[in-house]
Amino acid sequence: MTILEKPKQTLHTKDPNASFLSYMHQWIATSDHKKLGVMYVTTGLLFFLIGGLEAAMMRWQLAWSGMDVVGPEEFNRLFTMHGTTMVFLVGMPILLGVANYLVPLMIGARDLAFPRLNAFGFWLFFFGGLLLYFSYFGAQGLYGMGSAPDVGWFAYAPLTERTFSRGHSTDYWILGIGISGFGSIATGINLITTILTMRCPGMSLMKMPLFVWLMFIDAILIMIAMPPLTAAQIMLLFDRWLGAHFFDTQGGGSAVLWQNLFWFFGHPEVYILILPAFAYVSEIIPVFSRKVIFGYPLMVAATIAIGFISLGVWVHHMFALGLSPMVNAIFMGSTMLIAVPTGIKMFNWIATLYGGRIRFQTPMLFSLGFLTQFLLGGLTGIMLAVVPFDWQVSDSYFVVGHFHYVLFGGLVFSIFAAIYYWMPKVTGRMLSETLGKWHFWLLFIGFNLTFGPMHVSGMLGMPRRIYTYHPDRGWELWNLLSSIGVLFQIAAILFFTYNVLNSLFKGKKAGDDPWDAWTLEWETTSPPPEYNFPEIPTVHSRRPLWDKKHPEDPDWKYE
Amino acid sequence: MTQATAKSMPSASTMEAPVAPRRNLNRGKLGMACLICSEITFFGTLLATYLFYIGRDISGPYPQDVLDISVAPMKVVFNSIFLLTSSIWIVLAVKALRKGRIKTFACWWLLTILFGVEFLVGTGMEWYGLIVDDGLTIRTNLFGSGFYTVVGFHAGHVCCGLILLTIIFILTLCGYMHKRHTHKVDMLSWYWHFVDGIWIAVFTIVYILGTA
Ligand code: HEM
Ligand SMILES: [Cu+2]
Repeated sequence: MTILEKPKQTLHTKDPNASFLSYMHQWIATSDHKKLGVMYVTTGLLFFLIGGLEAAMMRWQLAWSGMDVVGPEEFNRLFTMHGTTMVFLVGMPILLGVANYLVPLMIGARDLAFPRLNAFGFWLFFFGGLLLYFSYFGAQGLYGMGSAPDVGWFAYAPLTERTFSRGHSTDYWILGIGISGFGSIATGINLITTILTMRCPGMSLMKMPLFVWLMFIDAILIMIAMPPLTAAQIMLLFDRWLGAHFFDTQGGGSAVLWQNLFWFFGHPEVYILILPAFAYVSEIIPVFSRKVIFGYPLMVAATIAIGFISLGVWVHHMFALGLSPMVNAIFMGSTMLIAVPTGIKMFNWIATLYGGRIRFQTPMLFSLGFLTQFLLGGLTGIMLAVVPFDWQVSDSYFVVGHFHYVLFGGLVFSIFAAIYYWMPKVTGRMLSETLGKWHFWLLFIGFNLTFGPMHVSGMLGMPRRIYTYHPDRGWELWNLLSSIGVLFQIAAILFFTYNVLNSLFKGKKAGDDPWDAWTLEWETTSPPPEYNFPEIPTVHSRRPLWDKKHPEDPDWKYE
Repeated sequence: MTQATAKSMPSASTMEAPVAPRRNLNRGKLGMACLICSEITFFGTLLATYLFYIGRDISGPYPQDVLDISVAPMKVVFNSIFLLTSSIWIVLAVKALRKGRIKTFACWWLLTILFGVEFLVGTGMEWYGLIVDDGLTIRTNLFGSGFYTVVGFHAGHVCCGLILLTIIFILTLCGYMHKRHTHKVDMLSWYWHFVDGIWIAVFTIVYILGTA
């Protein structure tokens, strides 16, 4: 059965004599999903460094009571830019980039449905990000200084109104995020259309890799949840520039409405960020356990359930606001409910590990790190869903601990897993295992050292977003531990950077299928040719490469 | 897959591997459907905001005074009828194109555009009246903010639609339109229906609920 044929290397176009300019032109004018994917992820990683630097500054300032590294105004800018960057300029582009690169390969297609829209989406994100950072130079702050946005990543009204936020820093926040948001919506629509219309012969919906399923639901969430943010931002812009009164409390507008609109976007957004993490580990864990994923249909069902429920829990970010007990109770219930499908996924991953011949290579280490840390973050999430408990710790470092366990311990760890796993496909070269292990263990220690103690300082009453604190509160030790953790993380990132750069030039050649994996992207060469597959493959099961490698025992007999 | 099950079915390896059947969805139309979904949540947010602020103003002009359809029935109702019927003309246009009757297509298409333009002109006149006679602007009060934002975004979408429709019309006049473009034109007609549908929601909320 010759289901799949090897791409012919001779068709691979690469002109060694091309000038630098024409090389750049190739990238800038491209509409190729693989190039755009690489551009997304690279830009995302660069913003990750910037956002990380901002975080390091804050931890330095907070390391002990009464430090004087940055002043209060600068501290406000730092946490605003850090949060905004990490969510919109790191999480979003990396998840869109990885999906860009892998979805067509995994479904046996040659590109996304609308390649030029795809390029458009990338450039919107790119210039949106630049616009946000241009605020450091372009915005007029107090005393005519350039100044970045300082209203927090959720930009609560009425602080964002003209009365309280003079100058343009908030406008940069609105426009930068709004523009890159348009890009995300465009790419989300593109992914949905691609997944529904361009799957190769034989790939019914229930034969798609879980990665594709998760990105499909993710794209739907993007399509539904981003426009409300855009609408809210436009209303805010009208308030600031045309004198409208939507969130202007002095003119009858409502600050609570902004919170509702923001979190109606904001909570789905955190699931938009975490579903890709689920997607990566759902591919990596089976391959490194040498087993099929446990309970595929249940995983799909849980994903859909998460997608639905995540649209109906946003008020848990507003428990401390003083809404009626009935409203709080309802949203407490729905928040508890979302833990159920999330828990199902947890159990399925563990069941996949169970009895497998586990290979502890770097992608797997990061995936296991994801599992443990995401579990902890999920558990503190359930604690926060309990209204009386939330009232105690809302807006404290406990919440900061919670969402870093899910976003950093979950999303970022899974992104590293994905990079170690798929970069050999992208560049054709392996990353070093030794350096990878250093990277993992340093990050694992550093991460837990930084964010574990935050739960304690939060319980001790330390509010988030303060730029310093009095020595008599007993918070020093916990803060010092948190700040020391950053040093480990910086070391980890240095190992990672060196590992990537080293592998680009000196890495071991990867070959087509270095992990003995099962999905279609490993069928073609590394790096894949421009058209991905010389001949569109036909699949019969969820693991087409298993079928090919084991014709005596193909999967399609059991699915 | 366990070894045991594999061995128990020795004949299975000679079975023909099944290939799931394929269904053909049109890419462009699906993309348009997705765009419409996200537009709906966009307008949904604006309309929810409008609903939220109904009756919360402490200074006029109030919607009851200036928008009530019994006060100004001709303007808005007349306008709405124009916009809504244009949906019928566009359906007829697409039908004609599907049958390859380019001239008929052009006629219906032009009628759609004209009705759309009438709607915009009507909106403009309504706004003129509100601004000049009633002194209602976007900064007057919550009603003004909400009204101009919601109706303005809708009119903006009508504008976009009209530009696209006009491009198609010019292409038709230059003789580029053909039966095989039905899919694309149909896709555009979806957008037009969506703009109409949103108007029904805007009308209900702004002119009926909002003035009650
Ligand atoms: C078991 C699932 C989860 C539950 C029950 C849960 C619950 C909560 C609750 C109740 C809060 C509000 C705390 C407060 O502000 O007082 C919160 C905050 C937050 N959660 Fe979760 N969460 C869960 C999973 C996640 C995931 C998967 C992510 C992201 C990947 C996430 C990201 C966040 C963020 C970013 C915040 C803080 C937002 C802010 O105030 O800036 N959560 N969570
Ligand atoms: Cu939430």
